[in-house]
Amino acid sequence: MEMESIQDQVQDIFRDILDQESLTLTSATTASDVDGWDSLTHIQLIVAIEKRFKVKFSSKEILSWKNIGELLNSLHTKGAPR
Amino acid sequence: MISSFSTLRRNLKKDSSLLPTIKVALAGDTATQFLATALKGTGIDRGFNIDLFEADYNQVERQLLDPTSDLYAFDADYIVVFQSTHKLLSTFNKLPVEQQHTLADERISLVRAITTTTKSRVIYYNYPEIDDAIFGSYANKVMRSFIYQVRRLNLLLMECSMANPNLYICDVASIQNKLGRDTMFHPAIYIGSEMVLSLDAIPHVAARTLDIIAAIQGKFKKCLILDLDNTVWGGIVGDDGYEKLELGHELGIGKAFTEFQQWALKLKNRGVVLAVCSKNNEEIAKEPFRKHPEMVLRLDDIAVFIANWENKADNIRQIQSILHIGFDSMVFLDDNPFERNIVRENLPDVTVPELPEDPAEYLEFLYGLNLFETTTFSRADADRTKQYQIEAERAATQISFTNEADFLKSLHMESEVRPFNSFNIPRVSQLSQRSNQFNLRTVRYTEADIEKMSEDSNFQNFSFTLTDKFGDNGLISVVILEKKDNDTLFIDTWFMSCRVLKRGMEHFTLNTIADYAKQNGFKRIVGEYIPTAKNSMVKDHFAQLGFIQMEDTTRNLFSLQVDNYNIKECYIKTI
Repeated sequence: MEMESIQDQVQDIFRDILDQESLTLTSATTASDVDGWDSLTHIQLIVAIEKRFKVKFSSKEILSWKNIGELLNSLHTKGAPR
Repeated sequence: MISSFSTLRRNLKKDSSLLPTIKVALAGDTATQFLATALKGTGIDRGFNIDLFEADYNQVERQLLDPTSDLYAFDADYIVVFQSTHKLLSTFNKLPVEQQHTLADERISLVRAITTTTKSRVIYYNYPEIDDAIFGSYANKVMRSFIYQVRRLNLLLMECSMANPNLYICDVASIQNKLGRDTMFHPAIYIGSEMVLSLDAIPHVAARTLDIIAAIQGKFKKCLILDLDNTVWGGIVGDDGYEKLELGHELGIGKAFTEFQQWALKLKNRGVVLAVCSKNNEEIAKEPFRKHPEMVLRLDDIAVFIANWENKADNIRQIQSILHIGFDSMVFLDDNPFERNIVRENLPDVTVPELPEDPAEYLEFLYGLNLFETTTFSRADADRTKQYQIEAERAATQISFTNEADFLKSLHMESEVRPFNSFNIPRVSQLSQRSNQFNLRTVRYTEADIEKMSEDSNFQNFSFTLTDKFGDNGLISVVILEKKDNDTLFIDTWFMSCRVLKRGMEHFTLNTIADYAKQNGFKRIVGEYIPTAKNSMVKDHFAQLGFIQMEDTTRNLFSLQVDNYNIKECYIKTI
């Protein structure tokens, strides 16, 4: 079986936490593009992503992402396959 | 048993309008939105619709010391106050050194002021420790160390709540002791959000808060129902004998069971009623309580003692009818997942913790569940057991059972019937060594014996497994038939694990034997019962199955004519 891409897995997490089954993420997606992605759900998303990929984000990373692409980059630099 | 935060948040979508409403005001000095969500979600799990007022961020003093505040206008049943150790530490950090030793006293006078301002019940979170490592362990000698002040504050809170019946301390410090600080607190998220509880910790804190509210609302546990074999002691008393049970510090993992019993005894002394619900012969089950020197629990400690071979859901119904308490006030502990599922399925209100497999883990697991929250404690609680014991004797004769056939059908049982082979021979011989109660002749066979018989054409062997919708019981029964002559099959061995009593397995087994006899032209089947100290359970086994006792003064022999045999009713499918 082919492995789900990191982006698809992140998208699944977003869909689950934000309860939006058809949500589609691109690298350019920002918080203002997505209903319900606010400072509170952001925390849930981070914790869920940390658990799924078994990584820890730094406090700077958590505050600095401007879009999904940057979040994925953080994941890649922590060893998640591209 | 603790839900994840996501599950709690999803609970809010459920319709809770029919649940009783409880008004809760929440005031904290850090971000409390997640806690608010978790309190509401946990409330729904516990059967409450929590109407929550969340005070604006960091307004504890303003809202709680001003009788005309929005918070008091809300008129809450419960006021939850969450002042964090983090904020206490920042206050401490800003104090002039000569005032640092007053930190705990300052805070406790605020708590006293709050409790005199309101008549509502106040649930105040105590302080999980942060060791700022300024003094190291020497902090214990220094009153103005932060750790000294936090510990003193937690002690003062206990004293304050003893003096004030409307002040309840929610023991958040205990949660941190159990989870560890690194799980309790997520520094990277705290920096960006003012959240001092991690998402993983929040459900625990909410659960602990609702434990107090539910107990005050009358929902609390009154009775602990215990299985015996491998729950209260190690081993199976019916098979091993009471002398060989694992108990105490000498034998095997006996220490685990001794400490478990000590816990149960402390609960009994606190006023929780203890009951026993065990698949055993009653006399055999009571023997360890009477005779084993390492038993902590004695028969006097048990209000209702039920040991038989009926299903445990029915037995718990009987316990309920004796104690006259709700199923939702009962906790049932059993090491066997099958029994736990039977009880869960039939009595969904009974709390049935998923005990860990290793008895060494029982206690720490149970500590974490905080099952026995209470709001009162008095000396009279401890006398409850005696009165229930008397009631139990009265009720012992009026047993009622659910429809056995319907129950058995619902299990969707399947059995695999196989001759002995290299895969099952080790298990067959192990059962042959250990099986004492359901064993007609108790002839012990080693692995080598079994192997020899499996190759001898004078013998026909069957092994049986049993699977049901709850899981696989594995190989549970063995029959060895000896071909005495062209007409006669002798049941040399028939034993079965007691775990599967009352499932119709005996009927299924006899159907298999009779079918084999018919197919191979035998006219009669002869069985023998050889009494031992432990197998009285199967004394009437052959008679109950329709065998006729033969005229033999020296042996208990029974005979069954193959031609007249009617296939016995059972609900087990052959696979």
